[in-house]
Amino acid sequence: MAVNAAGQAASRPRHHDGPDLRPELIQLLTPEGERVEHPDYPLELSPEEIKALYRDLVLVRRIDFEAIALQRQGELGIWASLLGQEAAQVGSGRALEPRDMAFPTYREHGVAWCRGLDPAKLLELFRGVSHGGWDPKAHNFHLYTIVIGAQTLHATGYAMGIQRDGAVGEDGEAVIAYFGDGATSQGDVNEAFIFASVNNAPIVFFCQNNQWAISEPLDRQTRIPLYLRAQGFGFPGLRVDGNDVFACLAVTRQAMQAAREGQGPTLIEAYTYRMGAHTTTDDPTRYRLSAELESWKLKDPIERVKQYLIRSGMAKEDFFTEIGAEADAVGSRVRAACLEMPDRDPITMFDFIYREPTALLAAEREQLTEYLASFAQEGGR
Amino acid sequence: MTTLTLSRALNEGLRKAMEDDPKVLIMGEDVGKLGGVFRVTDGLQKDFGEDRVIDTPLAESGIVGTAIGLALRGYRPVCEIQFDGFVYPAFDQIVSQLAKMAYRSLGNVKLPVVVRIPFGGGIGAVEHHSESPEVLFVHTSGLRVVACGDPADAYAMIQQAVICDDPVIFFEPKRRYWDKSEVDTAGGLAAAPAIDSARTLVTGDDLTLLCYGPMVRTCIESAAAAAGEDTSVEVIDLRSLSPLDLHTIFASVRKTGRCVIVHEAPVTGGLGAEIAARITEECFYSLEAPVLRVGGFSTPYPPSRMEEYYLPDLDRVLDAVDRSLAY
Repeated sequence: MAVNAAGQAASRPRHHDGPDLRPELIQLLTPEGERVEHPDYPLELSPEEIKALYRDLVLVRRIDFEAIALQRQGELGIWASLLGQEAAQVGSGRALEPRDMAFPTYREHGVAWCRGLDPAKLLELFRGVSHGGWDPKAHNFHLYTIVIGAQTLHATGYAMGIQRDGAVGEDGEAVIAYFGDGATSQGDVNEAFIFASVNNAPIVFFCQNNQWAISEPLDRQTRIPLYLRAQGFGFPGLRVDGNDVFACLAVTRQAMQAAREGQGPTLIEAYTYRMGAHTTTDDPTRYRLSAELESWKLKDPIERVKQYLIRSGMAKEDFFTEIGAEADAVGSRVRAACLEMPDRDPITMFDFIYREPTALLAAEREQLTEYLASFAQEGGR
Repeated sequence: MTTLTLSRALNEGLRKAMEDDPKVLIMGEDVGKLGGVFRVTDGLQKDFGEDRVIDTPLAESGIVGTAIGLALRGYRPVCEIQFDGFVYPAFDQIVSQLAKMAYRSLGNVKLPVVVRIPFGGGIGAVEHHSESPEVLFVHTSGLRVVACGDPADAYAMIQQAVICDDPVIFFEPKRRYWDKSEVDTAGGLAAAPAIDSARTLVTGDDLTLLCYGPMVRTCIESAAAAAGEDTSVEVIDLRSLSPLDLHTIFASVRKTGRCVIVHEAPVTGGLGAEIAARITEECFYSLEAPVLRVGGFSTPYPPSRMEEYYLPDLDRVLDAVDRSLAY
């Protein structure tokens, strides 16, 4: 650490040196696909389980790829790509029990996949058909939240509800809140840390540090590694290789179980990289060097699992061919769902604002109905 | 019937709501042992425990944000924002999260959260303790916005707000906290007007006076003074600011032909502007005079030694009544 406890100026990095971001990572699978052990995070996975994780990684990347293409073809208004963050999302997503609750940002397509949400529901939001519209209770996966960090408070409140329900214990429930490196500067995230800490709430704060908040690098958000912030709030923080699906699975499992059992919150910083643009409207060539991207390509979250599967003899070429074919089929399905998705009747914009429509909304709804009908009488617009 | 202050009536109403439904929670700054800075939650933590009456960290966004999470889990949180001017740190959580979540989910979630806000001036306070921000929430679809005017109504309305499955922003007239009136704590809610209904407190024929919150008493007193000069003023307590009970408003204005709207909030872009526009659209041929507004000036809330010149009072209301009648 460059900043010592006394905070002496002499030992501080000059600002342009940026924070000390040496990746002291918890890692179970190296970028080269070599399995390594960590004393605190033993992980036993059967070949079938490993292959299932590989399948998840490939399929969510394929869905993401298809969505980008759909946006480029004008079928989606925008898309926030998860490219590069597949392991962080699949590893943490597969660490959850069905009874746990997840609160995502707008980029958690891989977690959505693990929770069983139909990818077409995600497209509804990005196509502009609805603002999400799925039932959070159906898969214990809350709606996407677009205002940065706001969902961390909802997650914390939900966890306080678990406590009040007496659902903390060995078979208890826990919550996972997703957010990014930029969000750690938000007041809401810091308030969530405080509320969770003083209540000892059963929650895991899962920060995908993808190094970039649109165009702003990490040193615009922090002078210390993000996971160290947890200490100041009074709960443990750790940093995991966010491109290592095994490590993300192991640390999230352990943190979630600790939360379920009443040991309170954990902050997990999943150290990863946003390989693509912030969204399809963004142009990263304006603010970052391609050399950086190239160096992260060597740490690709999928390739290392593939190498491991090949080297260990768990999978042969036919497996990869099979998964590739399934990925294309899923891609086609997503595409078809998008193209076949009907627009909702504009009159439905008045629905679900209140449990019962107010007189004002009923009147406005009637006005729009009559207005639209007037064009029909004239033979259409 | 018992005689209660408005603060005590809210307290009794909250107590009843908590007894009726174990999912009802109270959360906010100093709501526990202290009982709230206005004592609205006095004694509730002692009787219902720290899990149901939660002294939160000092963070308004955190209070409302975690209340949303608790509501998603099936609870009915009643949040206290200590003073009107402190609600702004929670603005995103109220306007972008609380108000819109049911809509975004296509009705799959409901958020029965109440946000209580003591509002208005007249207590000689320092800045940020005397504001009337209600129209900011009225402008936000998805919120119900109400204001209680007297103890009897406060007792019923807080219970109605807790039962309501929509988010409710509940404004309490802080300078009326110690006003007393008879409250029927034995009867149920059946006798109370619906949460989205206005109530006519004084009937009259010459002019309609619309008000809410702290201005209810001011307007009743104004009507009494006007009656002494043979002017028959009808006083309507709006109660619900969103949605507005336009039916009651229109019926009264069609009868009297004259309307004055009174609120402490600045008139510019205020609720009075909205109501005046609606009346013009719907009651144009009944009007004998332009709809007038009496309210705060387009200034920040002034230092307290000037506030009596800022706040509408009996004389300013009567002045507007006279101008309307003279038109």
